Amino acid sequence: MPDAARRGDARTAVGLTGTIGGAGPHRPQPAAPALALRGLAKRFGGKIAVNGINLDVPAGSFYGLVGPNGAGKTTTLSMATGMLRPDYGQVWVHGTDVWAQPLAAKQLMGVLPDGVRLFDRLTGEQLVTYAGLLRGMDRATVASRVADLLRALDLAGDAGTLVVDYSAGMTKKIALASALIHAPRLLVLDEPFEAVDPVSAANIRDILHDYVASGGTVIVSSHVMDLVQRMCDHVAVIAQGNVLAAGTVDEVRDGASLEDRFVQLVGGRGRSEGLSWLRTS
Amino acid sequence: MVAHLLRLKLTLLRNGFKRSPWQLVGVILGALYAVGVLGMLLVGLVFLGSGEPDMARTAIILAGAAVFLGWALIPMVATGVDMTLDPARFVPFAIPMPQLLAGLALGGLIGIPGAVTLLASLGQAAAWWQHPAAMIAAVVCAPVAALTAVVLSRLTTSASTTLASSRRFKDLSGVIGIIPLMLLGPIIIGITEGLESSQDFLPALAETLAWTPLGSIWAAPGDIAVGQWGTAAARFGIGAAFLALIAWLWKLSLARALVTPPYNAVTRRGAGRLGWFSRFPATPTGAVAARALTYWFKDPRYGASLISIPLIPVVMAFAFAPAGDFGFMLWLGPIMAFLLSFAISADISYDNTAFALHVTSGVSGRADRAGRVIACAAFALPVTLVFAVAPFFFLGSWQLLPATLGLSLGVLLSGLGLSSVVSARYTYNVPLPGESPFKTPPGSAARMMIVQMLGMLVLVLIALPEAALALAAMVTGAPLFSWLALAVGLVLGTALLVIGVRAGGAWYDRRAPELLQAVAINR
Repeated sequence: MPDAARRGDARTAVGLTGTIGGAGPHRPQPAAPALALRGLAKRFGGKIAVNGINLDVPAGSFYGLVGPNGAGKTTTLSMATGMLRPDYGQVWVHGTDVWAQPLAAKQLMGVLPDGVRLFDRLTGEQLVTYAGLLRGMDRATVASRVADLLRALDLAGDAGTLVVDYSAGMTKKIALASALIHAPRLLVLDEPFEAVDPVSAANIRDILHDYVASGGTVIVSSHVMDLVQRMCDHVAVIAQGNVLAAGTVDEVRDGASLEDRFVQLVGGRGRSEGLSWLRTS
Repeated sequence: MVAHLLRLKLTLLRNGFKRSPWQLVGVILGALYAVGVLGMLLVGLVFLGSGEPDMARTAIILAGAAVFLGWALIPMVATGVDMTLDPARFVPFAIPMPQLLAGLALGGLIGIPGAVTLLASLGQAAAWWQHPAAMIAAVVCAPVAALTAVVLSRLTTSASTTLASSRRFKDLSGVIGIIPLMLLGPIIIGITEGLESSQDFLPALAETLAWTPLGSIWAAPGDIAVGQWGTAAARFGIGAAFLALIAWLWKLSLARALVTPPYNAVTRRGAGRLGWFSRFPATPTGAVAARALTYWFKDPRYGASLISIPLIPVVMAFAFAPAGDFGFMLWLGPIMAFLLSFAISADISYDNTAFALHVTSGVSGRADRAGRVIACAAFALPVTLVFAVAPFFFLGSWQLLPATLGLSLGVLLSGLGLSSVVSARYTYNVPLPGESPFKTPPGSAARMMIVQMLGMLVLVLIALPEAALALAAMVTGAPLFSWLALAVGLVLGTALLVIGVRAGGAWYDRRAPELLQAVAINR
């Protein structure tokens, strides 16, 4: 099974443990993980969105970030990618402090944020070109990569259409292309498969697996457990701003399916009498 | 069900206040204004009623017809004037059509414009205080008139949304809609002049309108006042029949709209057309400039300000030319520079969360600032030059050309520098991407006005040296001052532009994530 083989490769990476709060911040080891979070915290008004998260994402891993709605996944990823300034804590990407050297750290990252707009009055081709040129790449490289990306993501036929006229799935794909254009060492994808059709999703998974096999690191957030279990080699479960468990997928699921383990960790499954009036007979 | 819809509308209104106290302030100010207007209207009507009935009749018919036209046309241009009860949102609920129609129509009377229309049409009774029968008729006609206004607006919106489901139409109507608004002053001047020349025109127009649906319901009480009961009945009949007709048409179009969701016909286009991106240098600065320039032409929010450029001289000509004073033309260049350079002061607010791409890409502040300045200057510079130079062909005397050029370019350059700082520091709620350029989000007006006024004040201050020299040149006529204004404008303007881009860039580098979070609130 090719997936298992890929997972095997990646597991040779550095040791990994997510700890819950508490542990004193320390600089990551020289063999730096692709992404290291230390004591990361954010409060919005009275609500603590992220409660001092520590997490190491080993280089070369395919890391899944799962959690119920409102668990703090997007907030965590926003702080990790330099879009939201943390109240406390630090973030390193391959040993570069994101908030001390933002420009250097951002060169290493490709980001697909969730819930943000795109410059949608550009055509798909213009948007990806724009993303490449903003990164300071030269015109010829950008042009050839844009063509490759559009073909790989099955968008070549709509390259000249304005992004505002794209469907939700196409929009997601063009945003992914914009995140890939500069061949980053770390990819941070927030809900990358939302609204994407199964064929495109499979193509994207292949692209991501190839990328990981060649030494890149991918972090995806999702609430589709099945997908994470099949696709990722590592996973962290986040709920209410805390890391409940982190490690390889096999460690975390501990024999059970990831979904069962997730429900067990997060809790909240209703065991009440259900909606009796909803029965049709 | 009707009560439910009305309660929904009130709840939405109240929750809007909770979200932003500024919106409450805005509504209160609007209500005070409306009460003031209503009060003046009532006094006017009572005063009218003390004279000849014909006079009052003419005034009421004309005003009423204008009100109907306004209700019918304004929502078509300003898409989303008030879509809190957007029919599309009721598609999943099986609400019986008559109740939905009644609820939406009555809901349209809640809110300032609806309430003012209803109260003003009731106020018609005040004009007939000498004729009790006409007073009663006015009270009877008032609800019909107010409902006609609301249903008219609903009909035109639902008819045009079927048309407007194509994005292209929506973009275009938003941009073109600004033309009549800009030209409102000249149009009113033209009409009043035309009216002054022919005294009989107004009564004749009113008499004609009274037999059309636009005026008949407004004419009926007046007819009673002059004792023409038969005519009054006929006109009331026309008005009521018109209301029934448009309600029926509205029902048809709504029924159609509810089962045909908007569909956007899109032609698929392949790769190969990079537009401005292939013309600007392949650097971050060049890319930002290419993107911003593309937006100036593709985004209706920018397009609306582009299309107003040629209209400004027309408006100014109407304001000053009748007095035979063509000196205003000297100020066209500086005013153009002033408006254009300040147009990018809300650039990041206009980006909204698309700005995240700049943040995650690690674009340097200087590249971001410079790119936006270059895009704006790409057309602002030629436009300013044309408006600064062209008037001299009319005026014949070229002596003041250096002064005007110096002032125009000085204002343009320093304004661009100032905008670079302002847009890196202040964000405010602007119409969202894809929305009508007319739509001002709730609670934005106060903050926007403060930032804009202060910014313009600062711009006046920093352009003071060349302005003083230009003024000296105009007063004394000495060529020395004229050339000095040109030199100072160019040198000082360039220096301020460089300083502005650097300061704004430094600010941007420190605060880019905070800027992103600030614009993310408005979505």
